[in-house]
Amino acid sequence: MMERNKMGMILFLLSEAMFLLLLILAYAFYHTSGELGKQVANALNVVKSALFSVALLSSSVTLWQADVCLKSGGRPQARLWLAVTILLGFIFLVGQGTEYAHLLREHVTISRNLFGTTFFTLTGFHGLHVAVGLALLLILLGLAALGSEWEPTPPAMEAISLYWHFVDGVWVVIFAVVYLWGYV
Amino acid sequence: MSEESPANQAINSLADIKEYRGMLSWITSVDHKQIGIMYIVSSFIFFLVGLGLALAMRIQLMVPVSHFMSPGTYNQIFTMHGTTMVFLMAMPLLFGFSVYFVPLMIGARDMAFPRLNALGYWLYLFGALMMYFSFVAGGAPDAGWFSYAPLTERGYSSSLGIDYWALSLLVMGAGSVATGINLIVTVLTLRTPGMTLTRTPLFVWMIFFNAFLVILALPALNAALVMILADRQLNAHFFSPAHGGSALLWQNYFWLFGHPEVYILVLPAFGVISEVIPVFSRKVIYGYGFLAASTVAIAFLSYGVWIHHMFATGMSYVILYVFAGSSMLIAIPTGIKIFNWIATMWGGSIRFTTAMLFATAFLIQFTVGGLSGVAFAAIPIDWQLTDSYFVVAHIHYVLLGGTLFAMFAGIYYWFPKVTGRMLSEKIGKLHFWLMVLGFNGTFFGMHLLGVAGMPRRAYTYLDRPPLGTLHLISSLFAFVLALAIFVFLWNVVRSLRKGEVAGDNPWGGWTLEWATTSPPPMENFAQVPPVHGRRPLWDLAHKKEGGQP
Repeated sequence: MMERNKMGMILFLLSEAMFLLLLILAYAFYHTSGELGKQVANALNVVKSALFSVALLSSSVTLWQADVCLKSGGRPQARLWLAVTILLGFIFLVGQGTEYAHLLREHVTISRNLFGTTFFTLTGFHGLHVAVGLALLLILLGLAALGSEWEPTPPAMEAISLYWHFVDGVWVVIFAVVYLWGYV
Repeated sequence: MSEESPANQAINSLADIKEYRGMLSWITSVDHKQIGIMYIVSSFIFFLVGLGLALAMRIQLMVPVSHFMSPGTYNQIFTMHGTTMVFLMAMPLLFGFSVYFVPLMIGARDMAFPRLNALGYWLYLFGALMMYFSFVAGGAPDAGWFSYAPLTERGYSSSLGIDYWALSLLVMGAGSVATGINLIVTVLTLRTPGMTLTRTPLFVWMIFFNAFLVILALPALNAALVMILADRQLNAHFFSPAHGGSALLWQNYFWLFGHPEVYILVLPAFGVISEVIPVFSRKVIYGYGFLAASTVAIAFLSYGVWIHHMFATGMSYVILYVFAGSSMLIAIPTGIKIFNWIATMWGGSIRFTTAMLFATAFLIQFTVGGLSGVAFAAIPIDWQLTDSYFVVAHIHYVLLGGTLFAMFAGIYYWFPKVTGRMLSEKIGKLHFWLMVLGFNGTFFGMHLLGVAGMPRRAYTYLDRPPLGTLHLISSLFAFVLALAIFVFLWNVVRSLRKGEVAGDNPWGGWTLEWATTSPPPMENFAQVPPVHGRRPLWDLAHKKEGGQP
């Protein structure tokens, strides 16, 4: 039988998937029902967001590398990969922050129109999930740095990795729906 | 009454367990039994509050054109009544039973995540208190328990009531998801050796699938809640038609949660009935496999029927037909269960204890509620009766005549295990008959009120026969129902003080919770009996005593 912390995390992510799916569906619903498509094309900078998305997606690879190193006993390398993961996640959040700042300067706010309403709610909740993931990874790194006595257990590592990969995966869907749909 | 195991000779009431002494031991507890008791006690306190609100409504509706309360107050009261009974009373009552009995029935020491279990309870309690804080913070929510948009938009509801409603449900929703995850992991990882999934008691089986409904349905509500909060607090436009938003989106999301929620409230009741009926019929449950499989069917189908709450919103006929079909389909697995329970009773040597009486009344009343439900799946009938008192009658037959009666069966069945004392059967029977009388008297007439055209949620009505007479009858019987509840509370208080000592297994039950002392010690079992089948205690007794029934 699967380790219980890992199982708990998988069930939690199932529940989270439902929550985020409904926010995505709300966006898609308004996209198909009216003006949303045109509003998107005018407001978003797809190339810039794509670059920050690459940072987030690479962080999944680096976290996987940290996992691999830990399993083969390379603790210092694992810590390094973990730090790189946190840095990449941070870059993504900074990217999202600059995007928000740009939109707000253009007076695209959550109350401006349906695009603002759905865009900020959806990407905002995803950003919140990234931030929570970063906090978890920082805790992992902090514990690992305290020495072998404090070192997080393998199930804790695995559960948090699952969460991080999930958040990255959701972003792929959001990116496709929000940034690329306007061009179809 | 069976012998007490020598190791725990001293335990026959909660006061005998030294770990439970003092308020602090309860507040800081991560013990699943203490948390279960706290859930059940809290849910009963909110039940009394919800009952008070219901009585206030019945007083208002007793006579036509009444001025007992203002329309605005009436709106707050029916909203808080519905919200309280569904989220503050029924769900925690079911969670209380779940976290108390699931570990015991599978022979475990505690839940998989004891601290998460405590978190779930405290999130519920503080979420519930936040809901009631709205009364002093400028007005309670007043848009009904399903808060249809755009009535919930700022422009139509300017007090903070809806904000409190949404925030409090979010907090409790997080707690429910946590408890749901905890129950699934507990059932999957902590079963005692020998107890395969197909040997778990049906109560555990139903709670297990119910937990999947919880973790997949609550997020739909949570998504809708953050959207309504964005609308109200940040001037977003999700549900505001004036800015291109869609009020129907709220209905879709709410009922995508709301219909599975109905089954979340009913499946644990099915589980209780599946334990009580075989024990008091002295027969093995009929069709274990069918009962278990039909639970899975209900869980799946419950996600595909939500549009039947929205038949009157002008959708295309294709959608209506599909959802009318799926809604009728769900009656099949439910019907299978009813037949299985009847077949279990058939030819058994039935003991009509109070628990069994409640279980029997459940079968009849739930079937009435189920039939009026199938009636709503037929589109023309729905169009005629939707938003009338027929709906009020239907939901109360399912959730009060169904779920609550089943939970009372469970309370009379398991009270000896939880407290070490028997509830009085004499007072119990008085409670039962008063409750049957009060419940049917209050709600049966509401079917007729609905057919006569009485709209639900109207604060008053004109003096047109037969509305006045039917409302008066309903209001009078509501007080009988309230009296029944107080008779029950009297029974609890009296039995805790001087009830008969229960012993380990007063009913001759077969599942593992009866193998330990009443109440169970901190660690639940000194030694878990071996499990070779679905009725471990029967196996144990007949191996020792040489096979008499």
